[in-house]
Amino acid sequence: MEFGFQLYKEQKVDLDIIDNSIFEKIADSQPDILKCIGCGCCTATCTGGKFTPTQFRKAILLLERGLNDNAFDLLKGCMLCGKCSLVCPRGINTRDIILKFNELYNQSKF
Amino acid sequence: MKERIIFGFDPFVIPFTLGMVFIILYLITGTVRIIFHLSAQERKNLLKLVFSLKLFKTIKEIITDVLLHVKIFKKNLLLGYMHASIAFGWFMLIVIGHVEVLLYIPQRNGVLYYPIFFRYFVMETNQTLRGGFFFFLMDLFLLMVLSGIALAIYKRFKSRRLGMKKTTKHKPGDRIALTALWLIFPLRLLAESFTADISGGSFLTKSVNSIIQLFPSYDALITPIWWAYSISLGIFFFALPFSRYMHIPTEILLIFLRNAGIVSSSSRDGFAETEIYSCSSCGICIDVCPMISVKDKTKFTSVYLIRELRRRKEAALATSSQCLMCNKCVEACPVGIDSTRLKLLKKQEEFATNFFSYINLNNGQNIKEKTSVKEQIFDDKQVVPNKQVVTKDTNIANKETLLYYAGCMTHLTPAIYEALFKILNKASVNYSFMDKDGSICCGRPLILAGAAKHAKSLIEKNREIIKNSGASVLLLSCPICYKVFKEEYNLEGIKILHHSEYINELIKKGKIKIEKTTLNISYHDPCDLGRGSGIYEQPRELLSTVGTLVKPIEEREMSACCGGALASTKFSYEQRNEIVKCALTVLNVQKANVLVTSCPLCLKTFSPIYEKETMDIAQIVYKQMI
Repeated sequence: MEFGFQLYKEQKVDLDIIDNSIFEKIADSQPDILKCIGCGCCTATCTGGKFTPTQFRKAILLLERGLNDNAFDLLKGCMLCGKCSLVCPRGINTRDIILKFNELYNQSKF
Repeated sequence: MKERIIFGFDPFVIPFTLGMVFIILYLITGTVRIIFHLSAQERKNLLKLVFSLKLFKTIKEIITDVLLHVKIFKKNLLLGYMHASIAFGWFMLIVIGHVEVLLYIPQRNGVLYYPIFFRYFVMETNQTLRGGFFFFLMDLFLLMVLSGIALAIYKRFKSRRLGMKKTTKHKPGDRIALTALWLIFPLRLLAESFTADISGGSFLTKSVNSIIQLFPSYDALITPIWWAYSISLGIFFFALPFSRYMHIPTEILLIFLRNAGIVSSSSRDGFAETEIYSCSSCGICIDVCPMISVKDKTKFTSVYLIRELRRRKEAALATSSQCLMCNKCVEACPVGIDSTRLKLLKKQEEFATNFFSYINLNNGQNIKEKTSVKEQIFDDKQVVPNKQVVTKDTNIANKETLLYYAGCMTHLTPAIYEALFKILNKASVNYSFMDKDGSICCGRPLILAGAAKHAKSLIEKNREIIKNSGASVLLLSCPICYKVFKEEYNLEGIKILHHSEYINELIKKGKIKIEKTTLNISYHDPCDLGRGSGIYEQPRELLSTVGTLVKPIEEREMSACCGGALASTKFSYEQRNEIVKCALTVLNVQKANVLVTSCPLCLKTFSPIYEKETMDIAQIVYKQMI
């Protein structure tokens, strides 16, 4: 069907075939990730986000969709300063999620 | 005094002798292994120490720390006496035992078991009076050890009386050694008392002997009792390497290595092994740890971490990531084990690499300006080199001498630097704001997470900016940054100051004037400023010009951790709040009108929980400035 507009190819998420096992593993060890309401306070305050595309909110979204590589691009500039966890209205332990993702992503990639 | 047993031998000495030979061989191999692990330079330093005047200092330290336990005396008199009486008393028993052999039966000098079982092998002659003095000393020190053991048993049931709220949970190895240790001295008393009428004794053994004499056929028990004494010694020596009592011999080596300026370079081997085996599991670190105010977190305190490291358990990594790294346990440790360093090294060794990359910082690219985030991710476009992250021309003028770096945390609490700038303006100080538009982090959070390698690129970049600015003073508001700038940056020629030091200087020089208030101020020492960098006096001096300082229950070296610490990634928001509440009680906030701290992170953690006002030191000075 033609709508006159379309999604980026990479942004299409086929819910039948996505592999968000990393997201689920993170949720097992740090259930805080499920609390995110996507308000974006973390991104707004991010030190890394000033000069690099670091975005925690979006990374969570991408992880949930199984787009690990894209999430990685958004998190690799993180300097772990922890401002995001201080401003988070849900009190999410952001740095633990990032470090856990770091560990799991490394296992799967490198 | 002469020999009673002709060959100077009885089979009951075998368990002790075997244990003794085993432990001596074990200690020699252990020492050789540890020294083998040191680098060539470290070995050279150790050798230098042995042939220098510092050797006397080392020996003095061994006497005060290992024998007399002076540091524990400072914590609690009874607890100190318990440790000192067992250590010093036992040591004196061994020394006097050897002296006795040397004086009375010199032909047996050098026989391993002879001084220990001296009273079995000898009998009184008409010269006994000569021995009376030593008999008295032996009984006195035995009584001393026995009183220490009695206190130790009492402590098992009522540890609070000895100043300890929580004590360590023991492992089977510890329990075996502990039981053997507790049995050694009562059995020694019994054994020596049984033969006191033959070999002589003093006030203790003679009196017990006179009671024993009341029982008929007590003679038959002499050999079994000496056997039991020897067996308990043997068990203790065999259990020693697998128990916490390994700290007794290891601490001597630790003091030597430490005085040679050696620090741990791995979390388990070399010097770290000495530290790990020197831990006596005394549990003093448990009571001071901020984690114990949170349910189920006691098992992550330093003493348990060291135990996991010792047994090379995988859990050591998880335990290390729990720690808030407030360094309180290191301050309190009577042995002086730098467990925080061990935890950091552990994290570093296990850190998954190849994740974080800050290449864009070093190439001077600013990705965000040119390409939108969406394009970045989904179109995989090549990044176009753009503006530098922090350019020289934006904020930093070369002629300025004072450079201010706010850091991430101060950017989150801008009231601090606003107040500080107003103070600087009032004092007509020229300054430039290095990270006005936000900047890269100082690198300490990465170091604390174990990513020291990644932190290097941030440190290099920041260093370059600071060096290029030509500033002579670097002013900081955040103790977290302060510590890393002092320790990792090598900024020769640039004075690094925390704003509490700088404002204090300004007041002293009369550049700003303060109107004293009637406020009662409770001051919280931030971990990284106090314990981490040794700045206790300047903030207090400054605050006493502003108001009256309330004395907290715990302060300075023992000040509480606010709970916000960046080092731990395992605390949830609720758990952190538990620690904040605990910290507020020890800060004695009921008596104060305002809580003052000098760390933006402490301010951020305290202010939502504390019902009265929380302020940074710069804010309160600005408020009272005329």
